[in-house]
Amino acid sequence: MFSNEVSDKLKILAGAAKYDVSCSSSGSNRQNNGSGFGNSIAAGICHSFTEDGRCISLLKILFSNYCIYDCAYCINRKSNDIKRATFKVDEIVSITVNFYRRNYIEGLFLSSGVIKNPDYTMELLTRVAKELRIKEKFFGYIHLKAIPGASNDILKEAGLYADRLSVNIEIPTEPNLKLLAPDKNFHDVYSPMGFLKEGIIANKEERKLFRNAQSFVPAGQSTQLIIGATPENDMQIVNLASALYKDQKLKRVYYSAFSPVNDYDKRLPSLTQSPLVRENRLYQADWLMRFYKFTADEIVNKNHPDLELEIDPKLSYALRNICQYPVDVNKADYEMILRVPGIGVRSAKLIVSARRYGKLNFNNLKKIGVVLKRAKYFITCAEMNEGVININPVIIKNKLLEAPKPVKKVGVLTQLELFSKA
Amino acid sequence: MNIFIYDKTFEGLLTLVFDSYDLKIIPDKIVRNENFQASLFGEKYEVISDINKADRVWKGLSVKLSEEGCQKLYRAHLSESEEADMLIFKQIRNIFSKRHNIERDYRDELVLGIKNLSRKVSREACRMLEFVRFQKTADNIYFSPISPGYNVLPLIGKHFRNRLNDQQWVIYDIKRKYGLFYDLKEVSEITIDNKYFSALSGKIEETVLSDDEKQFQNLWKEYFNSINIKERKNLRQQLHFMPKKYRKFLTEVDKF
Repeated sequence: MFSNEVSDKLKILAGAAKYDVSCSSSGSNRQNNGSGFGNSIAAGICHSFTEDGRCISLLKILFSNYCIYDCAYCINRKSNDIKRATFKVDEIVSITVNFYRRNYIEGLFLSSGVIKNPDYTMELLTRVAKELRIKEKFFGYIHLKAIPGASNDILKEAGLYADRLSVNIEIPTEPNLKLLAPDKNFHDVYSPMGFLKEGIIANKEERKLFRNAQSFVPAGQSTQLIIGATPENDMQIVNLASALYKDQKLKRVYYSAFSPVNDYDKRLPSLTQSPLVRENRLYQADWLMRFYKFTADEIVNKNHPDLELEIDPKLSYALRNICQYPVDVNKADYEMILRVPGIGVRSAKLIVSARRYGKLNFNNLKKIGVVLKRAKYFITCAEMNEGVININPVIIKNKLLEAPKPVKKVGVLTQLELFSKA
Repeated sequence: MNIFIYDKTFEGLLTLVFDSYDLKIIPDKIVRNENFQASLFGEKYEVISDINKADRVWKGLSVKLSEEGCQKLYRAHLSESEEADMLIFKQIRNIFSKRHNIERDYRDELVLGIKNLSRKVSREACRMLEFVRFQKTADNIYFSPISPGYNVLPLIGKHFRNRLNDQQWVIYDIKRKYGLFYDLKEVSEITIDNKYFSALSGKIEETVLSDDEKQFQNLWKEYFNSINIKERKNLRQQLHFMPKKYRKFLTEVDKF
């Protein structure tokens, strides 16, 4: 049995972790072989949803919210006068196991403020993961934060126990990072990321040869960018994300709309509201890159450096490139069908399957689940009234913006989980 | 009017298909025996579930369809409505009447109907993987009540057996009054009287709870409240992902 102290710690250290947006438990397929308990489901499972609409998949806590750094954007910065606490290793292990056995969670997401130095902190996180794997024989999901500046040896050990590791970049450009977080630099962030990338690639090769070789960070790496604390435009952010997916082989980039904390710090912009719509548009842009085969340059570029807030980036692309439409759903490639506003991955797949049997008409598309209200301006199909195509993009945009809004699109963060085989 | 009455099992429905071909009679109405009223007007045929007949129909289907195509029919049946039964019946005839595999011809109303129904059932099964909440009893059995709209219990046993393989657990469908019990070896179907849990709230009586159960329930509630970002309140989104009908058994939700 725990004392009340543990419950107070949980309050403090969960509250301190809540601005880290990652919650995904996807990408790993760890199976218990009968020698322990728990497993991971590649698609991930959400277990609950808080009043802010975000999902709870993992027990997301900090080991400690003491920190030697003083980053302007962080509630746990050392100059803040807040309640501080530090868990003991066995407390976290016990809560994780007991929550897991009651089906509250998929596993643990453990981060921490930096205590003493990066290596010391990383060792503590690793020790929790090790206890869970070795002593408790726990096969559920473990996501550890890789502390910037931690040494390769410790990261290597962490990678043997964790499903996912993440190093947060937080601020998209280095000068701005240095302005807000004088103790940090890009080298300390990218060095562990690069080391882990090499390790993951090598491990994949090894596991091709030896199926029983121990896995190393099987669910890959992710990172987080804070949106709106610094003046970067969407082109800088989307290009950075694109490079992280391509060069660093990241599985996920998370975007966190800056919440106005520490408003006494004059280096931060004074916001009354965090930029949630912009965050949503960035997630949609991210989706276009990962599931719809768009390149960063097609989404944002010199002529179009920021995402439009009033329409989603796919519609925005279509209107700017109207000459590529209409798309004939009965003939076009799958990739081109994916580019039609109102057609998602699921509908596109159904269309490609169904059209082998015969031509699809408007009614078929509607029944399949295509959002015709948007798609109708961009497609042709059998028995189609030619009148609606070839309209000027300005007219289409106005028509779509005028139309009464159906149920507001919800759930960028979690609905994505459904098909995130990331 | 030809009325076929069957025992609501999937074998029963497949037997019904077999009998219909055998008798060369097509039902105008399919009735589950629990809903049967003697006053129904028409020619009545009572189907007696027969594993051999069912098996022949199933084997026939597995020649015509992919494994997933067969499973879709099975999942659609778990939605437990007579409309679904009729839809499945028509689709099976449709499948046998065509020379090639039609399971992906989504222009077809029957194909699409089965797909959509099957998807609804699968989605609810996924919801149960999310929302099962075990309470630990003093004799180390983890108990979770559920009350899904569809009969999804048959779809979720495997997940929990693979995952919680070293603890005894019961997942009990309070609406349908049966459950799954895992005894560390295998999963079996059970029925229990609700002497120890409330049929309304699914809560186990405190006297038979394990000593540490309340403590972990409270820690979980505290975690649930602490991880929420108050400035980002979005109840509509929460409702979308966690509909009210699933909340009554959730440990962490007090008001719903």
